[in-house]
Amino acid sequence: MTQLILFNVFNGLIVGAFYALMALGLSLILNLSGVINFAHGGFLAIGGYIAYVLIPFIGFWGALLVAPFLTAFIGLIVERVLIRRLYGRDPLYSLLLTFGLAYIIEDGTRFIWGAQSMPYQVPDWLMQPLSVEYFFLTGYRVFMVLLVGVAVAGLFLILTRTRLGMRIRAGTLDLETVSVLGVNVRLLRNLNFGLGIYLAGLAGVLAAGMLGLQPVIGTSLIMPSFVTIIVGGLGSLPGTLLGGLLIGVASGVTTVFFPSATEAVIYVMMGLVLLVRPRGLLGEEGRF
Amino acid sequence: MVRLDKRAADAIVWLLLLTAPFWMQWIGGYTELGSRVLVMALAAMSVNFLLGFTGVLSFGHAAYFGLGAYGCAMTIKYLVPSTPLGMVIGIIVGTAGAAIIGALIVHLRGIYFAMVTIAFGQVFYFITFRWNDVTGGDDGLTDWSRMPLDFGFAKLDILHNAEAFYYVILFFFAVALALMALLLRSPFGRTLLAIRENERRARFLGIPVDRHIWLSFVISCAFASLAGTLYALLNNFVDPRALRWDLSGTFVIMAVLGGMRSFWGPLVGAVIFVVLQDYVSSETENWESFIGLFFVLIVLFFPRGVLGMIRRKAAP
Repeated sequence: MTQLILFNVFNGLIVGAFYALMALGLSLILNLSGVINFAHGGFLAIGGYIAYVLIPFIGFWGALLVAPFLTAFIGLIVERVLIRRLYGRDPLYSLLLTFGLAYIIEDGTRFIWGAQSMPYQVPDWLMQPLSVEYFFLTGYRVFMVLLVGVAVAGLFLILTRTRLGMRIRAGTLDLETVSVLGVNVRLLRNLNFGLGIYLAGLAGVLAAGMLGLQPVIGTSLIMPSFVTIIVGGLGSLPGTLLGGLLIGVASGVTTVFFPSATEAVIYVMMGLVLLVRPRGLLGEEGRF
Repeated sequence: MVRLDKRAADAIVWLLLLTAPFWMQWIGGYTELGSRVLVMALAAMSVNFLLGFTGVLSFGHAAYFGLGAYGCAMTIKYLVPSTPLGMVIGIIVGTAGAAIIGALIVHLRGIYFAMVTIAFGQVFYFITFRWNDVTGGDDGLTDWSRMPLDFGFAKLDILHNAEAFYYVILFFFAVALALMALLLRSPFGRTLLAIRENERRARFLGIPVDRHIWLSFVISCAFASLAGTLYALLNNFVDPRALRWDLSGTFVIMAVLGGMRSFWGPLVGAVIFVVLQDYVSSETENWESFIGLFFVLIVLFFPRGVLGMIRRKAAP
């Protein structure tokens, strides 16, 4: 029993790490540009499929390095061509547009690679259990949690230590003033979108190894990512991280005791949080 | 372009709807397609009640639509085989769900509100998806059908007579629209418009904004759940897709496509969308890509919708 609970808590932690990774990208875009990127799950799937195509040529590690950048590059183009036109308009429009994109990406990947799960090669030594006693602790899972940790640390370093990050944070607070101070806001939003999509792509490369690579992989992760942001608090990146881990572990624990409520529990949590703290756990009053 | 008198336009719309079963075959339609247009139009209009006339974006109306559908189907299957009772219970279930969720989210605004409605829409999806014994899970709720309507003096067989059922749907559609128009013309409706135009000013005037938005949300969802019950009856079947998020998006795009600020807009949007979907999904397996492309094109080139563009052209 202890092992079962431990297994599910750890599993929940991994899933929560994915939610957080995705939700962080969503939050970045939402905070700076006011766009709810419904296609975020689609970009995650694109990341996974790009890695799938690249692995035979450059191996898993090469794909892990390259695929997220390629995904981010596609994101930059999409922002440039489609989403940029909708800034300053009712958020309804960007929501509908990315909603349509999500359809196109899901159907497109299904058209190219088929609906079934793709075989996805992860280095063998990563798939070995780390200990005999805790059979579930494969290297890949530990590695994933570590890598998500590194990515999150990297993101926070970028946001706090680099000029780009400083501008992103400033723009989140008051874009007009930042623009008046001579920062190229169009470029800033473009790069910020790319950064968010990079995180989605990275999540895609990692998730494909665990959840199986199929066209609906993004769709199944997008809703929990919304919940993550709401629970953590809109506008707060540490909140998003906390929210992701929290709902991941919560659904993991629920799997042990009440398996059929695994998905529903996170929405119940969201309801409770909204009841007590309408702005989310770490959200600030007055924004949004 | 000659501006149509508003009353004349209304009369033409009703005339077209009343005679639809007679002329639909000529242009390649069928009665059931007409029924589907009406159901979808009613759902889109319920979304538009919030979006177009209160200025609140709900992206989760499929949840209440689906609650209505399941409420109706489960009543007929498990409790009493009666169509009217099924509809009443369906509407009660959907409206009650909206009242509870609405109370949780009513003080949120803008994209935050939209996001929370999206997320909450999924609760009911997962409940119906997972609760196999009662809801039939992913396979849906089968082995039931709409029952003949018994007026006491006469029985109307709506199961085998598609035209009769079309007119039943049209009746409810008309009643719902009349109610909506009445509400929008009342002081309450005017207050909603005031909130849409300038929420802060409305608040300064002493209008309890949150309570109005909650009421508007609940009323709108009541209409959505009415549409849901009709949807279940129309198909004699309901599955979790009736309350999934992609259907919510479809309702919104129909409202936008027709024209959010106009009363008939969602009907126009529903006609275009349903007919197009019917055509494309019979021609290709990749109809989802087309629908997605459709979304993108509408946002980029038709943000005001069909009626919005006509009205803009007509204005001097």
